[in-house]
Amino acid sequence: MLENLAKIKEQFSKELNAVNSKDELEKIRVAFLGKKGLVTEELKNLRNLSADEKKTAGMQVNKLKQEIEQAIIDHQKILEEREYQKEIENAEVYDYSIPSEKPVGTLHPITIVQKQIEDIFKTMGFIIEDGLEIQTEYNNFEAVNIPKNHPARDMQDTYYLENGQILKTHTSAAQNTIMRKYGAPNSGETLKVLFPGRCFRNENIDASHENTFFQLEGMMIGEDISISNLIYFMKVLLTEVFERDVKVRLRPGFFPFVEPGFELDINCAICGGSGCPTCKQSGWLELLPCGMIHPNVLRMGGIDPDKYTGFAFGLGLTRLAMMKYNIKDIRLFNSGNLKQLKQFVR
Amino acid sequence: MLISMNWISEFTDLSGVDKKELINRFTLSTAEVEDIYEMGKNIRDVVVGKIVEIKDHPNSKKLHLVKVDIGSEVVDCVCGAPNIFVGAVVPFAKFGGQVGDLEIKETKIAGEISRGMCCSEKELGISEDHSGLMILDDSYPLGTDIKEFMQLDDIIFEVDNKSLTNRPDLWGHYGIAREISVLTKRPLKPLDVVDTSVFKELSPIDVKVEDTDKCYRYSCIAVKNIKEKKSPINMKIRLTYCGMRPINLLADLTNYLMMELGQPMHAFDYGNVSKIRVKTFSEPIEFLTLDGNMRKVDTDTLMICDDKEPNGIAGIMGGELSEITDHTDSVLLESANFDATTIRKSSVRLGLRTDASARYEKTLDPELTVPAIERFLKLLLDIDPGAEVFSSLTDCYVKRYDTISIEFDKAYVDKYTGIDISSDQIEETLTALGFELTRNQDSFKVTVPSWRATKDVTMKADIIEEITRIYGYDNFEVKSTKSLLTPVRHSIERNDEYRMKLLLAERYAMNEVHSYIWYESKLNKEMGIQTEKNIRIINSVTAENDTIRSTIIPSLLGFVYKNVDTNPEMGMFEIGRVANGLKEDGLCDERKRLGLVLASKKMSEKEVYFKVKEILEQLIFVVKNIKPSFSPNPELTKYNYVHPVNSASINLEGCEIGYFSVLNPRVRNNIDKKLNVVFAEIDIELMEQIDVKPLSYKEVSKYPGVTVDLSLLADKSMRYENIAAAINEYQCEYLQSYHLVDIFEDEKLLPGKKSVTIRFDFVSMDRTLEGQEISTMVDELLAILKGKGIELR
Repeated sequence: MLENLAKIKEQFSKELNAVNSKDELEKIRVAFLGKKGLVTEELKNLRNLSADEKKTAGMQVNKLKQEIEQAIIDHQKILEEREYQKEIENAEVYDYSIPSEKPVGTLHPITIVQKQIEDIFKTMGFIIEDGLEIQTEYNNFEAVNIPKNHPARDMQDTYYLENGQILKTHTSAAQNTIMRKYGAPNSGETLKVLFPGRCFRNENIDASHENTFFQLEGMMIGEDISISNLIYFMKVLLTEVFERDVKVRLRPGFFPFVEPGFELDINCAICGGSGCPTCKQSGWLELLPCGMIHPNVLRMGGIDPDKYTGFAFGLGLTRLAMMKYNIKDIRLFNSGNLKQLKQFVR
Repeated sequence: MLISMNWISEFTDLSGVDKKELINRFTLSTAEVEDIYEMGKNIRDVVVGKIVEIKDHPNSKKLHLVKVDIGSEVVDCVCGAPNIFVGAVVPFAKFGGQVGDLEIKETKIAGEISRGMCCSEKELGISEDHSGLMILDDSYPLGTDIKEFMQLDDIIFEVDNKSLTNRPDLWGHYGIAREISVLTKRPLKPLDVVDTSVFKELSPIDVKVEDTDKCYRYSCIAVKNIKEKKSPINMKIRLTYCGMRPINLLADLTNYLMMELGQPMHAFDYGNVSKIRVKTFSEPIEFLTLDGNMRKVDTDTLMICDDKEPNGIAGIMGGELSEITDHTDSVLLESANFDATTIRKSSVRLGLRTDASARYEKTLDPELTVPAIERFLKLLLDIDPGAEVFSSLTDCYVKRYDTISIEFDKAYVDKYTGIDISSDQIEETLTALGFELTRNQDSFKVTVPSWRATKDVTMKADIIEEITRIYGYDNFEVKSTKSLLTPVRHSIERNDEYRMKLLLAERYAMNEVHSYIWYESKLNKEMGIQTEKNIRIINSVTAENDTIRSTIIPSLLGFVYKNVDTNPEMGMFEIGRVANGLKEDGLCDERKRLGLVLASKKMSEKEVYFKVKEILEQLIFVVKNIKPSFSPNPELTKYNYVHPVNSASINLEGCEIGYFSVLNPRVRNNIDKKLNVVFAEIDIELMEQIDVKPLSYKEVSKYPGVTVDLSLLADKSMRYENIAAAINEYQCEYLQSYHLVDIFEDEKLLPGKKSVTIRFDFVSMDRTLEGQEISTMVDELLAILKGKGIELR
């Protein structure tokens, strides 16, 4: 019997070596391990042996069976690997450099810049508000301390509508509405609001003038809001907006809705403050107007100026977008020119 | 405005002060300095010379060979000036010197050697006079550097006029000097003037202010026997450096006073004007101003007249007929104060803005009129001691400003500033600025000086500015606020808008655009788009675009029109405002709308239509968790660009929030015949009124479900929503969901019909459904559908 086993083993090795496909392998498996397979037959023959012989021979047969099983598994792996190899070798080589055709959608550059700034202000606890574009003269002028006969109210700059309303000339037109909506803050709290918006100026358009443009305005009102706080906030916020350590400088500036009013300059990014043509050698760039909210404006907004103070600041969003993207011609924004607008992917 | 440092130095001692640093300080504390010019730097080695010999130039008729005595030597030079004569004392630029951009070297002019240059006033930068050489008086030793008696070296700084709009006191050198005296902590010298009270015995001038609304004060005086015609050289230099053209002594003096005190003055030739009436005319008149223009003057413009004729437009410009000339030897000198708004509006209406009107617009201090006259007389009499005042000071003070007193304490300043500025410093600053101040420890009461009291400083907050700007904002300690931590209420609407924008851009590759709030009528006409009547702008500089839009769609179609030639495959959207007519209160019904448009030549019109419908469903589903429904709306045909058949309202929870439509072929063909365009508009505010549907999570069955595809035959005209409604009538707890797989139409195979394949999902939460149960349910469903005219194919 042992001889038989040796023969079977030899025969198996010989046949296995000739196997080149999974089908052939299966045939061999059946031939040796199947119900009528050579090894199975040997197992069946065991019953004809004595108890002692059975033990030794049994072990031998089982060993052979395990060896054959393992050999088949191993051979199967080799075959599989060969197939993978073949598939890979025959694979079509794709040209990764072929451009994909999916067009790119874009947001408007104003939306992109506005969102970035809104996000910065949100992290500092500002509410984001909105205002109407068609405003009353009261909201746009009187409520922000620009009385009748003020030069800013001369007809030529402002779009007047048939019903006496106007297209808002600045985002400050929303101040009164916002103050009335939220009211004075609770003791110890501050009202922090950011309100971007579209503004209008009745003038002819050229590369640097638009009749329709965006501004962004913020204000902070509380019991103890001071000039010191204003400078601090502007510095922190502008450092975030410009993603660099911004130096700020305040100069007196006159705006009817603030007192004191300031022009805020930032150190020139191009020369770092040493003076260059961009900053007219001064090292500073005029960036935004700001100031302590005028007591009359607070009062008209229903907030007691003897108890509360606040600051406000405005930023030309369109101008900021032009700075950010190095846009030379302001007419791009309202052009609907897809060749240009499709570039603003982020 | 150009400011001369020399001039300032007359009023406050600036010796030892770093001028650059001072100018920087001025920018930070007072007003922005835009430019600094160092004058006289390019004038070097120009000395007093006397022409001692003149010979004809052998090679030129215009040029002469001149010998100039400059004390130490006699120099040869070639000179082309027409006004030379032997004995003329002139400024002479020596060899090695500099005049403007010209370095003086030894050169040959037309073959003759020249070792210097005789100069004109223009060459020295003193005036525009280039008619001939500047002739000096002979009181200076020959060879004296002209800078010893001519103030050519000066620092001129240009202050941004815009930053002075609220500071009427800073429109002259004396006001600027006051600021600088405060910044440098040096005293401000009083003005050197003639006391006019000595003339009070003389008879006054006949002055009547008839319009007492428009004129606050009219002061004048009469002077005769003025013999001197030319201004002193240093006065000319200052005027030129500050941007004024020297003319003659009297004109120069009025300009000089305006530049010095900010008070415009006017000198009438007394031979023409000896009485003053300040009034408006009841009828428009024509008036010849001294610039030679005949101007139409309306009835709101204040005029200076005598009892017969108008002689000047008050505060703006005098008349040609009463203008002083070189023959004038007696003048009526006006120093007046007019209403700022009147002057500004008249100036705008006349289209005539002058140095005087620019100052009056700022609301000048009426207290300035008399000091200006007194200062004028002082300067005039110094130059021409023979001049003689022959009237009393005539002063009609019509309207006075109230004296403004403000009380405050240090605590108020501390609260406003957030820093600690001492009471002593507060007192020092305000006193130096001219405020009368009484102090009781940390409490103050101040009286605002007249030059700040016309509009500028009226309340406590204004005092803060005075204290802090002098303190210096760059000296502030900066601090964050102390405030409680409170949650921020964010507007959902804004987040939704941004989500929608991102969805359209990122998932549907559309491009966000911005368009104008008005209709572009020319473009609309080209496209054949008719727009509704809506509220109009009454004063637009582009008059054809005067109608506020009531819908965004024409703007977007305009962009399609503009872009179609570049690339017809486009998707655009905008969230923008429109005015939906007027509300009951008469105000515009301003709405925020989302407009979107998809255009393509690659896709069929039907494909574009369903793409837009998909976008709309996605858009609304993403923000509301609700699928919108659509319904036909015959009213939409009021827009001629809407397709009468393929358009529908968009409804959300029973509320119509917008519509979408295929572009009407009548408009489409004007844009591009082959372009398939579908657009939609949603009212964002209406949409925001609908609550977000709360998400309800449902447990998923552990048992396998059964999927059944049924191809149903329905009339071709039947909309899917009718089939869906029929299915929904089948109440069965195991029918979990169904959805459309395919719609098949074939006129030959299925005449008048369409085959609609729908996949039904049956599942039970507690067991596996039996095959028999499924068949029964399908039969029940089909029975209901049959009742609605829908059969199994």
